[in-house]
Amino acid sequence: MVEVKNLTKCYGSIKAVDNISFTVENGEVLGFLGPNGAGKSTTMNMITGYISSTSGTVTIDGVDILEDPKEAKTKIGYLPEMPPLYVDMTVRKYLEFMFDLKKVKLPKKEHIEEVMRLVRITEQSERVIKNLSKGYRQRVGFAQALLGNPPVLILDEPTVGLDPKQIIEIRKLIKSLGQKHTVIFSSHVLSEISATCDRIIVISKGKIVADAKTDELSTAVAGEQRLSLVVEGNSADVLSSIKKIPAVVRVVKERDMANGSAKYIVRYENGKDIRKEVFNAIVRIGAAILDMQSSNETLEDVFLDLTTRDESLNDGGKN
Amino acid sequence: MGAILKRELSSYFNSATAYVVMAVYFFFSGLFFYTYCFAYNSASLAGVYGNMFYIIMFIIPIITMKTFAEEKRQKTDQALLTAPTSLTEIVLGKFLGAFILYLICSCIYLVYAVIISFFTTPEWSVILCTFLGVVLLGASLIAINVFISVLTESMIIAAVFGMAVGLLISMMSYFASMISLSWISNALKAISFMEYYQNFTYGILSIVDVVFFLSVTALFLFFTVRALEKRRWS
Repeated sequence: MVEVKNLTKCYGSIKAVDNISFTVENGEVLGFLGPNGAGKSTTMNMITGYISSTSGTVTIDGVDILEDPKEAKTKIGYLPEMPPLYVDMTVRKYLEFMFDLKKVKLPKKEHIEEVMRLVRITEQSERVIKNLSKGYRQRVGFAQALLGNPPVLILDEPTVGLDPKQIIEIRKLIKSLGQKHTVIFSSHVLSEISATCDRIIVISKGKIVADAKTDELSTAVAGEQRLSLVVEGNSADVLSSIKKIPAVVRVVKERDMANGSAKYIVRYENGKDIRKEVFNAIVRIGAAILDMQSSNETLEDVFLDLTTRDESLNDGGKN
Repeated sequence: MGAILKRELSSYFNSATAYVVMAVYFFFSGLFFYTYCFAYNSASLAGVYGNMFYIIMFIIPIITMKTFAEEKRQKTDQALLTAPTSLTEIVLGKFLGAFILYLICSCIYLVYAVIISFFTTPEWSVILCTFLGVVLLGASLIAINVFISVLTESMIIAAVFGMAVGLLISMMSYFASMISLSWISNALKAISFMEYYQNFTYGILSIVDVVFFLSVTALFLFFTVRALEKRRWS
């Protein structure tokens, strides 16, 4: 279990991470989502004890990372954004070094073989790391984090720079690891997080702006649902007739389409179903619905909404 | 510590570093050995040792420049600092790696002593005393240069800065002789490595000299640990 309490990191007057608190239960896969420069890596570096926090605490299974770093660090496997590889070593030599460095007490040869098999680099084991491609290097970094079977895995953007096939493999790997380990992994790619994580924390400008189960995030945060429509008919009439429906929060014309039709986005309150009412309203004004899709807001929308909302608030404050 | 020491040594010997350093060291010591011992028909290695002081000044920054600077640049320090290892162990591992390479270089003097023993009986006590001096001088310079390496991300800066510091240290006695104010001159002499080192080359084993080099080594290793620690807090 990882417990983060009121974690803050200041660089001079800049607050890179601002009073973050969250808890990750055993066996949970937590996605850490945010745009570049939001403070994801800084937070992870503090959790792993690479840098210290300005204030706040991190405890791993009840052990404070600053008070008893040796004990806490044995519980963590860390894959930083740039895998810490000694490029002049062969994969096997490097893993042997990391094994010794981490003071792992498992049978050395078997354990390294097992980890290499897990991330599928056995065939590359005698190659010098500097000759490996980015994807293989990432796997070596992964292998390094897995040495010693630490209960907590912290992965900082593990899929950056990989090709789609490798990304899928790594995702699968993270999912399978999540059954035995507590995993925190960061990314700025939404689809990836939603495909792998049980829970998502969205971080923006050093603050947590959302913390929810993956499937709940979109509705929970947005508080409204979405309907996209393609209607053939007079735009003004369409807009005004849809606005009359009580549950509708907002309706906008997104763009004109061929043959006098146009695409509209209708946002309405959570838990209601307005499809019949929309259908009737459109029929009443003599227009025709060509397409209707009910959808939750996509995570992309939510993400953009959450991470830019702040900005508009700040701007408002300044003015 | 063992893991880091092992890696340091393998990185020296798996790259050209160790061999180039050894070649340069052996070449100049051989040159000095030839000019001082053979050309002058002398059985004293004092001249060789005295001159090697300057070669050592240049070689040690080359050995130590990558200890921490390169780790920081390649971000491999993240592996070290997030492993269940103390900072002291990391610094000692790095220091010992460089020191062992230096020790291997220094063993060449024992070979010269053996060569001399074919012609005459060398003064083994003097030779061993001088050898101890070389080893201690190296240890303290390595500690200083490891500290310099921890301050920067660039190997080049670490090496150039280390050499500059080395030159400054070697000129300390010269500065001391130039300054007429006696307390400044004495203070400079008190931190001049040459003053302490020379006693060894004359075959004088004094506890003061040994303590001086050991404390410089310990002090700079301590500084290195603190500098690493500070980096996490800034």
